[in-house]
Amino acid sequence: MMVRLNLLLLAVLVLCALSLVTSRHQARKLFVELEREQAQARSYETEYGQLQLEQSTWAMPVRVEKIARDQMRMQIPGPRRIEVVPGGVPR
Amino acid sequence: MTGASAALKQPVPVPALPRLRAPLVFGILLLLFIALVARSLYLQWIDNAFLQEQGSSRHSREIEVPAHRGRIVDRAGEPLAISTPVKSIWALPGQVEIAPGKLALLAQALETTPQALAKKLDDGSDFVFLAKQVPPEVAGRVAALRIKGIHDQNEYRRFYPAGETMSHILGFTGDRDVGQEGMELTQQEWLGGKPGSRRVIIDRRGDVVEDVEAIRAPQAGRDLALAIDTRLQYLAFRELKAAVDANRAKAGGLVILDAQSGEILALANWPTYNPNARNKVAREKMRNRALTDVFEPGSTLKPFTVASALESGKVRPDTVIQTAPGTFTIGSNTIHDAHPNGALTVEQVIQKSSNVGAAKIALSLPPATLWQTLSDAGFGTPPNTGFPGEVSGRLRPAKTWKPIEQATMAYGHGISVNLVQLARAYTVFASDGELKPATLLKGSGPVAGRPVVTAGTALAVRHMLELAVQPGGTAPKAQVPGYRVAGKTGTAHKLEGRGYTNKYVSSFVGFAPASNPRLIVAVMLDEPSAGAHFGGEVAAPVFSAVMGSALRMLGTPPDAPQDNVILPVEGSEVREET
Repeated sequence: MMVRLNLLLLAVLVLCALSLVTSRHQARKLFVELEREQAQARSYETEYGQLQLEQSTWAMPVRVEKIARDQMRMQIPGPRRIEVVPGGVPR
Repeated sequence: MTGASAALKQPVPVPALPRLRAPLVFGILLLLFIALVARSLYLQWIDNAFLQEQGSSRHSREIEVPAHRGRIVDRAGEPLAISTPVKSIWALPGQVEIAPGKLALLAQALETTPQALAKKLDDGSDFVFLAKQVPPEVAGRVAALRIKGIHDQNEYRRFYPAGETMSHILGFTGDRDVGQEGMELTQQEWLGGKPGSRRVIIDRRGDVVEDVEAIRAPQAGRDLALAIDTRLQYLAFRELKAAVDANRAKAGGLVILDAQSGEILALANWPTYNPNARNKVAREKMRNRALTDVFEPGSTLKPFTVASALESGKVRPDTVIQTAPGTFTIGSNTIHDAHPNGALTVEQVIQKSSNVGAAKIALSLPPATLWQTLSDAGFGTPPNTGFPGEVSGRLRPAKTWKPIEQATMAYGHGISVNLVQLARAYTVFASDGELKPATLLKGSGPVAGRPVVTAGTALAVRHMLELAVQPGGTAPKAQVPGYRVAGKTGTAHKLEGRGYTNKYVSSFVGFAPASNPRLIVAVMLDEPSAGAHFGGEVAAPVFSAVMGSALRMLGTPPDAPQDNVILPVEGSEVREET
């Protein structure tokens, strides 16, 4: 009787030990994944900053004006060619 | 066989052991064992620091968690300064082991030649930077070569998309992304991130496998919103640069203020520099002249003399002042008008910018009264924009004034101001007599100012300033199609050494629309030398171009017909002397 109980407990112990090992392994794996995702997030953040920078550089008035004037041959209308619509807000 | 077994059966005489030997050996072994256990218990529980440290140093590391520096954005949220991570690659030449084939690959990755690289590694120093602030991809390619003795470190680099148009306001950061000039410097506390750190466990390959504890949480820097409007800033810069070129001026400045809130919407200086490539920029070009340099304002100060006199009740706008014969002698000094006028009303003194008239008005006032008005208008005290190194200008105490000094101060000599101060002082006339604070940081809408003169006086001066830009005034070229404009020219002799020279500072300060002022624009050109030097010739056209475009960009409703600009017949322009 006593022997059986001991064997059973031993089996439970072994099971527990094994599950500890697997869960530990699992935890490590998940942690590595978390790290990777966080690194990814950081790199997206960096990229976002770079894209903002790029967008802002492209949209600088210096460049917009140069293209409007040189490539698209646009010009600011003189006062004679401006008609002011009384009453303000266009619909 | 039997004999042998019999022999074996013979009792062998056992040598007698000393009686205490066994217990003694046993006792010694036991003692040794106890000593071992005791030592291990001691190491485990009591003197454990050394071993624990040794153990953790083999697998636990404290690593830095980087924190971004905040961005600087304009009032619309457009980014003006952004930090992005970069890497610097360094080597310990003594430890570098490099195969000849890899040297070529390394040179290729760093976009240099193997010879240049070899020279860097052989120059005998212990530590050498192979490349500073390169993109992370480049550093990645270098790391992939796995060369012993070559390492990289994380850094941040700050980029300024607006380049030279805004460099004076923003300033720049140094190697460690710490502010060194301009707003980057004054707002360091707000912008700067504080890197955090955490303790982790690493495996044999150096990869992090477990987080142990966060020692310090990283604190990212905060974004900073400036009052600057990028579009207006560019406009101001473009027009200023064109004017400096056209007039062959030494330097120039242009400030646009919001007339309601006092916010600095644009602040341009020439000469300037590109903050993204500033390795060999002269210190000289980095000065934000509009805030850190002073000049004698000349006639742009006359409206304050008149306001002070109106306020004290000494004169009314239609009071007649005799300015003939165009000179006025005080003691041994004589004040001149370039173009003598006869009897002028106070209004006309401003319109035609008569020095004699302004001096006579000033001398009718007690010095303390004039001093108080000038001081209340912000002269002699720093404008408090939050910019490092801004100057206060010079306004001497009224007690020390001699009559000639009081007279010259009436038309802006013997007093010095910076451009922002001058622009800000005009908020008095653009509002109902209140001085608004000039700020570089974005505020939220109109602010209450400090009353300087009554609304009635402010309106009366505003009307005089409108006359000054109309035909018969000194600055018809400041007119803007579609808007009523008010403003004043200034042409001051430069003070060098002990006396005045024939070099000039030409300026114009004004606001529009006059019926409900929206913007104040102040222009200053230092030593225009292409012929013209009068403020009405040199600075007024810049004002007109900037004001017209700016009001259109902001969608301000016109308060005059489009064909309101009337230029006087050639040659009949009225010119001011100072």
